[in-house]
Amino acid sequence: MNNNFIEVKNISFSYREYDGETTSSETSVIKDLSFNVKKGEFLALLGHNGSGKSTLAKMFNGMLSPDSGTITVDGISSADEEHIYDIRSKVGLVLQNPDNQIVASIVEEDVAFGPENLGISPAEIRQRVDEALKAVDMYAYKDFAPHKLSGGQKQRIAIAGIIAMKPDCIVLDEPTAMLDPKGRAEVMQTIKKLNKENNITIILITHYMDEAAQADRVIVMDNGEMLLDAPPRDVFSEVSLLKEHGLDVPQSAEIIHMLKDCGVNEEKLPLNVEECLDLLTKLINK
Amino acid sequence: MSLLEIKNLTYIYGIDTPFEKKALDDVTLSIEQGEFIGVIGHTGSGKSTLMQMLNGLLKPTSGSVYLNGIDINADKKNIRDIRFKVGLVFQYPEHQLFDETVRKDIAFGPRNMGLDETEIGKRVESAAQFSGLRPDLLEKSPFELSGGEKRRAAIAGVISMEPDVVIFDEPTAGLDPKGRNLLLNQIYNYHKEKNKTVILVSHSMEDIAMYAQKVLVMNNGRAELFSDTKSVFSQVEKLESIGLRVPQVTAIMNELRKKGYDVPYGVLTLDQAHDVLKKLITK
Repeated sequence: MNNNFIEVKNISFSYREYDGETTSSETSVIKDLSFNVKKGEFLALLGHNGSGKSTLAKMFNGMLSPDSGTITVDGISSADEEHIYDIRSKVGLVLQNPDNQIVASIVEEDVAFGPENLGISPAEIRQRVDEALKAVDMYAYKDFAPHKLSGGQKQRIAIAGIIAMKPDCIVLDEPTAMLDPKGRAEVMQTIKKLNKENNITIILITHYMDEAAQADRVIVMDNGEMLLDAPPRDVFSEVSLLKEHGLDVPQSAEIIHMLKDCGVNEEKLPLNVEECLDLLTKLINK
Repeated sequence: MSLLEIKNLTYIYGIDTPFEKKALDDVTLSIEQGEFIGVIGHTGSGKSTLMQMLNGLLKPTSGSVYLNGIDINADKKNIRDIRFKVGLVFQYPEHQLFDETVRKDIAFGPRNMGLDETEIGKRVESAAQFSGLRPDLLEKSPFELSGGEKRRAAIAGVISMEPDVVIFDEPTAGLDPKGRNLLLNQIYNYHKEKNKTVILVSHSMEDIAMYAQKVLVMNNGRAELFSDTKSVFSQVEKLESIGLRVPQVTAIMNELRKKGYDVPYGVLTLDQAHDVLKKLITK
């Protein structure tokens, strides 16, 4: 067995509009895409709106199936309808708006919703809910009403609901788009902790470059194809290429890139404030 | 006389219930004609409550809002007029599209203002242009548009009333970097060319730093800071203590300044930082 958790092979996908009987238009969103995700990896997916990221996210747990090609999750093909629930229990999905994902009126009941549906015994559910809430640092809020929580807290509750189902992998589709800076930092911290401490494979879709910079690996999508697949430092050193495709780089990388006009030629660009500061002090004192 | 004057504004949700919560606490400030104001604050800080009071969607528990010197809550009959003068673009405005065609949707506001058909036509074209909507999309159903196009159509629907003040609540949430820059540039151009007041509520400190002249920082229902953008973003510790931060480039430049390098305070954008660093490095 290799240690690939997800294998994506030559997949293509189009959205079709039907006009009565016949297909009136077809929009191709994923074109012959192949890559693997290793167990325990933290992967970030970047790309402009309409680049195929969210479509891909829905394929990881079988909510959508490719028109051609295959996706295999932990050895199970997503085309295998008999085992689709096995895939869904292995891959959890967290979406953008926390308010759309919360179903119960008390935090711990909301987190228990998933395991209840899996038919797990009450004692085991109790234990899983407590563990999940502790994993996202929300245990103290277990008796709260979700609508009394901040956006970042609600999103962590949504993540706890997924963790309680003990998935091997969590796919997060822009989980911080609606949060304030503090909420964003809380969610990112939680994601990294789950990845490092609980060895959960993470696939993070985001428009925030500073979040993608914290991943092990970044895949950049462009019009349904893969533009780049590399560690964040290599990806964000391609400033001009990313800009051409409507994307950005962290400001710490961009400012060093802009300094090319006074002879600064760094092959690898800094990804955060500290790295940038170190480099700038060196450059100034030279 | 200021365009908008907010005096001792307080708002309490759920008075006399167990859920009573003070969302706004004695806020006083004024906003001038033609200003571009950025508003930041964590979730629940009172930003949205304040915005909804500026066009009378919520009535103050105590205190007043004056538009051109007139208390907007003094006479109920005025409220319609106030809504034409203070436009509010909510978060995810594309959820509010409703009409058969994009053109009709954008025309809804001007038509309610009682304008004649020629003027309505002009307003629709100009609003579509400002929000970057291709003319051929005007005849389509709003539900045939892409997410980004829908958002532009919804924004055009507010701009077409040519309000004196337009409030944008997180207009770029969910847009990619290119879409974000495009939309903010269009908002900025509208503000510049028409000399209209724009209030931009955003969680992106980078966007606020780039476009706003003044920044209002809300915290626990109070106006914590209200000053020019430079001086707000030079108060790093204060902002961090209330769950906010400064743009990454500002943080980098502030640190360099602390280390004793010749860096002015309040460097807000990449271009400004570039100029400063160029001098330091080539010296």
